[in-house]
Amino acid sequence: MSDEFILECSGLTKEFAGFVAVQDVDLQVRRGTIHALIGPNGAGKTTCFNLLTKFLIPTRGQIRYDGNDITALNPADVARLGLVRSFQISAVFPHLTALENVRIALQRQRGESMDFWRSKSVLNSLNHRAHELLDDVGVGAFAGTVAVEMPYGRKRALEIATTLALDPQIMLLDEPMAGIGHEEIDKIAALIKRISAKHTVLMVEHNLNVVADLSDTITVLTRGRVLTEGNYATVSQDARVKEAYLGSAHA
Amino acid sequence: MTSTAGHPDAGLQRRTISDEIAVFIVMAIALVIVPLTGLYPYFVMQALCFALFACAFNLFLGYSGLLSFGHAMFLGTAGYICAHAAKVWGFPPELAILTGTAASAVLGLLAGLVAIRRQGIYFAMITLGLAQLMYFFYLQAKFTHGEDGIQGIPQGFLFGFLDLSKSTTLYYVVVAVFLLAFLLIWRIINSPFGEVLKSIRENEQRAISLGYKVDRYKLMAFVLSATLAGLAGALKVIVAQNASLTDVHWSMSGEVVLMVLLGGLGTVYGPVVGAFLVIAMQQYLAGAGQWVVVIQGVIFVVCVLTFRRGIVGEIAHLFKRSL
Ligand SMILES: Nc1ncnc2c1ncn2[C@@H]1O[C@H](COP(=O)(O)OP(=O)(O)OP(=O)(O)O)[C@@H](O)[C@H]1O
Ligand SMILES: [Mg+2]
Repeated sequence: MSDEFILECSGLTKEFAGFVAVQDVDLQVRRGTIHALIGPNGAGKTTCFNLLTKFLIPTRGQIRYDGNDITALNPADVARLGLVRSFQISAVFPHLTALENVRIALQRQRGESMDFWRSKSVLNSLNHRAHELLDDVGVGAFAGTVAVEMPYGRKRALEIATTLALDPQIMLLDEPMAGIGHEEIDKIAALIKRISAKHTVLMVEHNLNVVADLSDTITVLTRGRVLTEGNYATVSQDARVKEAYLGSAHA
Repeated sequence: MTSTAGHPDAGLQRRTISDEIAVFIVMAIALVIVPLTGLYPYFVMQALCFALFACAFNLFLGYSGLLSFGHAMFLGTAGYICAHAAKVWGFPPELAILTGTAASAVLGLLAGLVAIRRQGIYFAMITLGLAQLMYFFYLQAKFTHGEDGIQGIPQGFLFGFLDLSKSTTLYYVVVAVFLLAFLLIWRIINSPFGEVLKSIRENEQRAISLGYKVDRYKLMAFVLSATLAGLAGALKVIVAQNASLTDVHWSMSGEVVLMVLLGGLGTVYGPVVGAFLVIAMQQYLAGAGQWVVVIQGVIFVVCVLTFRRGIVGEIAHLFKRSL
């Protein structure tokens, strides 16, 4: 059972001062698939990500990853196990170069890096792999550019390269297409498709064309609860889903 | 593009580093020739102790983003312990300095364990509170002699043969300690540890999501900063031959903030420039009494309003260099 699903949660609930943002969510992410989490604004998607990666402490519920209960772990330990997230708002290290951004992630291989007495030139041995990762997501030309000066779409690609540098088992991508142009969307979508050959992907995405194209399974969340789950054909025909999206900007 | 040699950023990094090295050499030469220029060596020694204190402070604030408002406790603790060790226990200067520095390291670890999980203003408040606690302790403790302080500290012979009561010898020893400590700080900033620290300053959540336990790095940075601040305090006591409550007073914690902001937060040389300016100002305005505080305050406000990056920060920005 746990072999089939890499990430599962049951009864996952988060209350903020009485307001229930996520309520009794059961989710099962099948190994090697692209699983989308969709829903109108404020449905609780990001909160779910925060709970699954332990950036927030669940009020109730259990999270299992790779067969183990991770409910009590801290976020850094969760990441070390290979469950790595990105953020809804672009999360790069703005004043480091693209190369340095990826290298920080690769540096995890060295362990804790508490060695303050050693020259950082020891990190040059990671440069080759860093350049490979940058090239792989199509930002090789920006290696020496500080992240803050990169175009937005390229920053999102850099984030993916940084996440990939940890060689995660599962990547949680929070709106990887948010705020980027048409051409870029196709590029990132193709990239995610390619990544999914080696890594399981759970993503939040508002762009339904992308979701339709990429996802094996779609879970629809509204007001903190799971409304329905299935493939795109099933979910998009569901009357309740249409209703939930009615009036929403992304419908 | 996969080859690392000849990559555009490699060149950029080399330029940055060679700038910093060039400035270091100029600084070292300038310090070495000071006694020949007729500039008052005692003033330079004092300024160097404060420069080291400011560099230590900058190591933490500039690279962790957390404002400690209690760094005087590390300066003062090392000072008192060093003074006591040299005067009462009869330790040779190197051992007295080491003991004082170690005391600040331990205090840094304890204070850090209490404070490091707090954010922003809470961190500043807790460090201030702990420093006030230490101030009260030193005010009451017998060995510090309260308001009188510890006077007439013997300077002794460093390593048994360097007579520190000779002002030239003392001067070069202070310069050597300062330069070595400065290089150590530079190395910390440019180490694998320093890289992680920078990433935490840049985007803490992202660093966590990559598997870094950020509290550990902040704690380590805090302890290193406290230790180096302690070294400055111990050295200062050997230079001035007295240890007093001024060094543990909260206004000292504020002064170091002023030095670092004036010189340039998060720059390598800013704290040095800031410390020299503040100490020089205090010397020249010594006759002005209470007005010094007011003038400092005005300069602080003007500085924050007009050149936010600090003197060195603005220069570095102007020439698009890292200094
Ligand atoms: N830290 C918090 N404190 C209080 N309420 C919160 C907090 N975080 C989220 N919420 C609330 O929980 C609800 C769900 O928010 P969440 O960010 O998870 O939605 P989302 O589905 O990701 O929306 P979007 O599509 O806009 O990103 C919202 O009503 C939000 O205001
Ligand atoms: Mg969201």
